[in-house]
Amino acid sequence: MSRYRFRFRRFWAIVAKEFIQMRRDRLTFGMMVGIPLLQLTLFGYAINADPKHLPTAVFCADPGTFGRTLTVGLRNSDYFDVRREAASEAEVERLLRLGEVQFVVHIPVDFTRRVLRGERPALLLQADATDPAATGNAIAAVNQLADRALDRDLKGPLYPLRAHVGPVKLQIHRHYNPEGITQYNIVPGLMGVVLTMTMVIITALAITRERERGTMENLLATPVRPGEVMIGKLVPYIMVGYLQTLLILLAARFLFRVPMRGSLPLLLAFMLLFIAANLAVGITFSTLARNQLQAMQMSFFFFLPSILLSGFMFPFRGMPGWAQGLGEVLPLTHFLRLVRGILLKGNGFLEVWHHAWPIALFTFLLLGIGIRRYRRTLD
Amino acid sequence: MNDASLAIDVRGMTKSFAGHVVVDSIAMRVRRGEIYGFLGPNGSGKTTFLRLLCGLLRPDAGEGTCLGFDVRRQSDEIKRKVGYMTQRFSFYEDLSIEENLDFIARIFEVPGRARAVRESLVRLGLENRRRQLAGELSGGWKQRLALAACLIHRPELLLLDEPTAGVDPKARRDFWEELHELAARGMTVLITTHYMDEAERCHRLAYLAYGRLLAHGTVEEVVGGAGLATWAIAGPDLFGLAQTLRRRDGVEQVVPFGNTLHVSGSNPAALARAVEPLAGRGYRCERVESGLEDVFIRLMSASEDNFP
Ligand SMILES: Nc1ncnc2c1ncn2[C@@H]1O[C@H](COP(=O)(O)OP(=O)(O)OP(=O)(O)O)[C@@H](O)[C@H]1O
Ligand SMILES: [Mg+2]
Repeated sequence: MSRYRFRFRRFWAIVAKEFIQMRRDRLTFGMMVGIPLLQLTLFGYAINADPKHLPTAVFCADPGTFGRTLTVGLRNSDYFDVRREAASEAEVERLLRLGEVQFVVHIPVDFTRRVLRGERPALLLQADATDPAATGNAIAAVNQLADRALDRDLKGPLYPLRAHVGPVKLQIHRHYNPEGITQYNIVPGLMGVVLTMTMVIITALAITRERERGTMENLLATPVRPGEVMIGKLVPYIMVGYLQTLLILLAARFLFRVPMRGSLPLLLAFMLLFIAANLAVGITFSTLARNQLQAMQMSFFFFLPSILLSGFMFPFRGMPGWAQGLGEVLPLTHFLRLVRGILLKGNGFLEVWHHAWPIALFTFLLLGIGIRRYRRTLD
Repeated sequence: MNDASLAIDVRGMTKSFAGHVVVDSIAMRVRRGEIYGFLGPNGSGKTTFLRLLCGLLRPDAGEGTCLGFDVRRQSDEIKRKVGYMTQRFSFYEDLSIEENLDFIARIFEVPGRARAVRESLVRLGLENRRRQLAGELSGGWKQRLALAACLIHRPELLLLDEPTAGVDPKARRDFWEELHELAARGMTVLITTHYMDEAERCHRLAYLAYGRLLAHGTVEEVVGGAGLATWAIAGPDLFGLAQTLRRRDGVEQVVPFGNTLHVSGSNPAALARAVEPLAGRGYRCERVESGLEDVFIRLMSASEDNFP
């Protein structure tokens, strides 16, 4: 039966055909390049999980110098955009209620005096916390700011007071991304998200399209084998996947200046595994879908949990147990850890391989289902 | 018996979809080098039967051989030697004519591929349009491209599913000439069609309705086997006449053919009694040979009665 096994020439015929079709289908090809660019712009520039320049009002009841110093410090900070100096409690309340400011920094009447006495006066920060993500970092920032702003005034004989200033002593250590630059986290993650989105859709469509247009009937009537068709269809898209990766890596390096500490070849090797995982999902969907619309819907059905539960959008550790369990199944979850590990932490193979095997397992399972379900007949 | 002179030799082929029997225990024998016509009303199971033959569908029951290979177990071998032209155009509309031919030639691992593709283009008369996308071709040209693609690997058996639907008369005649030439060189052709003139060009034919084979043989055998007597009647108000005739004993079928009515029945004497009186009333009545169409319409309506 060896005559009827995998034949390279037939496989290559499929590859060549897919390339021609890809070249002709300008819109889809444009999308494959366009989606990474669009997402890069959106996530890289427009969407910022660490917002700055938040509208702020200062209510300074303290006539002393430190009150002034602190107000100036707030004005100079990136996080706060001091728009108002409120004159009364009532005004503070109104500003917050109307949403005109996100924060009000309240400097108490005897602030200067109590700092000088070393009494650690309280600074009141009132925040509109309806959007906690927008306020979290700013609240942390105010602590450091109070310290630093006052440091300059506490000189000479006042120096010993330094140790006591600040409403609360809170230290925040941010590892690997000390400045908390969102792009460092997002841009490498985008690679995984873009690949998940495009690879699944493209393969799901590529095979469903043959069935929908009736060309499958012709293909099935030829001696071509399922393995030849499937792998033949995957090869061109693996290349597309690498093209997208390259695009994002270039942007990460030169536009967002994301550090690349680990080995690039290692990353590219794992990339192949991840691309294969997504293509396997696409193939499996294509064996289930009756038409291209269904294939598209299934792809989105897969894409949503991937983006929400993988730790791309929300911190993985913040999710409830069941959501983490679901997230652990998804290849994107492991890929994100892998990419961040390699790019940001400079992890080597031994440190990341335990993120790789779940992806490999997932791929084999899905590919098995896909090939089993691929029908060699029309019924 | 496994006769080497038979290209197709199957028995009891049965296929149902969701409990509905579409191909019902069909036996068929087609000799090598023969053009075998396959006729039947829409939905009678012709396409399904062709798909069973080339392994696109698995039969629920039945056995036999196609080109000497077992239809149930050796569909890979069968596929290499069969050219199957689907009813619906199923080549790639976003590939050019040449690319489509080249793709099929690669898949069948045709030796001397470039030459085979070029020759095929020449035979089609499409060398100078070879870069045109298949999707831009008119319906008739698509059919011709599909036929050319089916022939590129020099199959021993051609399964053609309504290859001439929507093809103009001149092209249709050229097409049939080519089929006869291929058959003369030993290729076997099983072709479905709804055209009577094409049915008459086949060496033998089979008529299928509701999944059952109702008649088969040469045109003469099929017509003779139906035992149908037919009269042609010409004269005024044929439409009104048809209504009256349908009610008379002995008349089983009245079919208008342009300016004449074809009146048929299986009892010649009773039919003559019903028709002859018309001769005195300004009608011209004439006993004619029953045509294939008369026979098929008869077969179809009779089978409707059998399968309520
Ligand atoms: N894949 C399928 N699933 C379910 N039913 C089907 C399938 N393919 C065909 N049928 C049904 O089988 C019957 C026979 O269909 P088939 O296409 O074989 O008829 P046909 O003789 O080729 O008709 P036509 O002359 O219109 O081409 C039809 O009733 C059709 O609805
Ligand atoms: Mg049909």
